[in-house]
Amino acid sequence: MIPASFDYIAAKSLDEAISLLATHKDDAKILAGGHSLLPAMKLRLMQPKVLIDLGRIKELSYIKEEAGQLRIGAMTTHFQVETSDLLRRVCPLLPETATQLGDMQVRNKGTIGGSVAHSDPAADWPAAILALDAEIVATSARGDRVIKATSFFVEMLTTALEPGEILREIRIPGGKGKSGQAYVKVRHPASGFAVVGVAVNLAADGGKCQSAGVGITGVSPKAYRAANVESGLKGNALDAKTLSAAAAHAADGVDINSDLYASAEYRKQLATVYTRRALEIAASRLK
Amino acid sequence: MKKTISVTVNGVTHQNEIEPRLLLVQYIRDVLNLTGTHVGCETSLCGACTVMVDGQAVKSCTMLAAQADGSTVTTIEGLAQGGELHPVQSGFWEHHGLQCGYCTPGMIMASAQILQRNPDPTDEEIRHGLEGNLCRCTGYQNIVQAVQCAAKKMKSKSVAR
Ligand SMILES: Cc1cc2nc3c(=O)[nH]c(=O)nc-3n(C[C@H](O)[C@H](O)[C@H](O)COP(=O)(O)OP(=O)(O)OC[C@H]3O[C@@H](n4cnc5c(N)ncnc54)[C@H](O)[C@@H]3O)c2cc1C
Ligand code: FES
Ligand code: FES
Repeated sequence: MIPASFDYIAAKSLDEAISLLATHKDDAKILAGGHSLLPAMKLRLMQPKVLIDLGRIKELSYIKEEAGQLRIGAMTTHFQVETSDLLRRVCPLLPETATQLGDMQVRNKGTIGGSVAHSDPAADWPAAILALDAEIVATSARGDRVIKATSFFVEMLTTALEPGEILREIRIPGGKGKSGQAYVKVRHPASGFAVVGVAVNLAADGGKCQSAGVGITGVSPKAYRAANVESGLKGNALDAKTLSAAAAHAADGVDINSDLYASAEYRKQLATVYTRRALEIAASRLK
Repeated sequence: MKKTISVTVNGVTHQNEIEPRLLLVQYIRDVLNLTGTHVGCETSLCGACTVMVDGQAVKSCTMLAAQADGSTVTTIEGLAQGGELHPVQSGFWEHHGLQCGYCTPGMIMASAQILQRNPDPTDEEIRHGLEGNLCRCTGYQNIVQAVQCAAKKMKSKSVAR
């Protein structure tokens, strides 16, 4: 399995990558970790004429706190997220998601920016990014553009990124008050991708739910925020009955995927059960 | 357009002119003739092609040789030092961690990474680390034992030093 021919350019800086993309336009594809792109090119599902490799741009690989936000560079690998002490402390949802993604070798090479830009309907990151109410920074010759995660995932393999734009950074708002997070996933036994993946980010005060972010992947052609689950939690005490009643709305209003492994009916059931479990774990972690 | 790359593999620096679409595993096997690294699935799933690139275990069928330009690569041939097997290699030997041996180079490279990051893993941690490596023969049990044995060997070595 060999990809069709292409030219390969290793960009030395983000500015160079932006100008290369502006020159080659639709003929070019960005290469990050290559763990979605290269398999697709080997199957000749994609045949870009030019690959612009971001792999040597060190300035795109970081995890830091700035301006009250967590900021993660696009080329940060899944492994770097998984093992970040900062994230384990302030946003454990991200390492918990990373460790369930793919396998060790995939986590070593694949990047969070590549996954979010690719927007696979069974990818793990979109669920976490949505639950955390993150923002995505896209950059191009025109400068930076900040996109809310809720409007970033447009449909299967399609995002709000425009031609010429590179995903530069993911920003996560700082938490307020007590928070409890969890990511749970039904792994597809062959591919490892999410049949259903549920990310939860709860904040509570005085025993009542202040805010709830629930991101769900694998269920629908694009990852989504489960608005009816969230509204069933907000303002309420997070007891077992409330969590279970809210989780029943996990697949409200979305088209549900169906494939050989899981019918739409089964997926919907999984979504409900795993949302309840994710909520229970997150609620138990409120501290 | 061909591209010249320079890659240090098992301590030897090679310069070659390659097509950008050449996969790292093809470069290792077909250009450098290091055939210890295997190709199982060609689709990123089996891990037989696992090598270390700049200290990170990666599936070399899912990486371009061009991406490794300037990197240091270790393959299964580069693991033994001074004629002495790497502790993971002797662990596999002693605990019968292989049958046909097809998956073994990749298993050993991935196991080496697991132990480098976590010198004292539980069985569960070893299994989690090896999720990207498929074996159709052993049933994995002896592989886990082999890695545990290697962990002990590496610990007693570092104490001795
Ligand atoms: C065996 C295997 C198992 C996997 N299992 C899982 C799993 O369980 N869960 C999961 O979520 N994922 C899984 N993946 C996918 C993996 O997470 C990929 O790493 C990820 O989807 C893509 O990231 P990448 O850095 O490899 O991007 P690439 O493959 O390099 O790029 C993907 C796409 O995004 C574009 N792109 C990349 N970076 C940018 C950027 N900064 N700006 C604009 N466009 C960009 C590229 O042009 C390309 O179209 C698996 C992959 C493999 C091979
Ligand atoms: S040959 Fe590379 S993962 Fe199977
Ligand atoms: S020993 Fe035969 S595949 Fe693992």
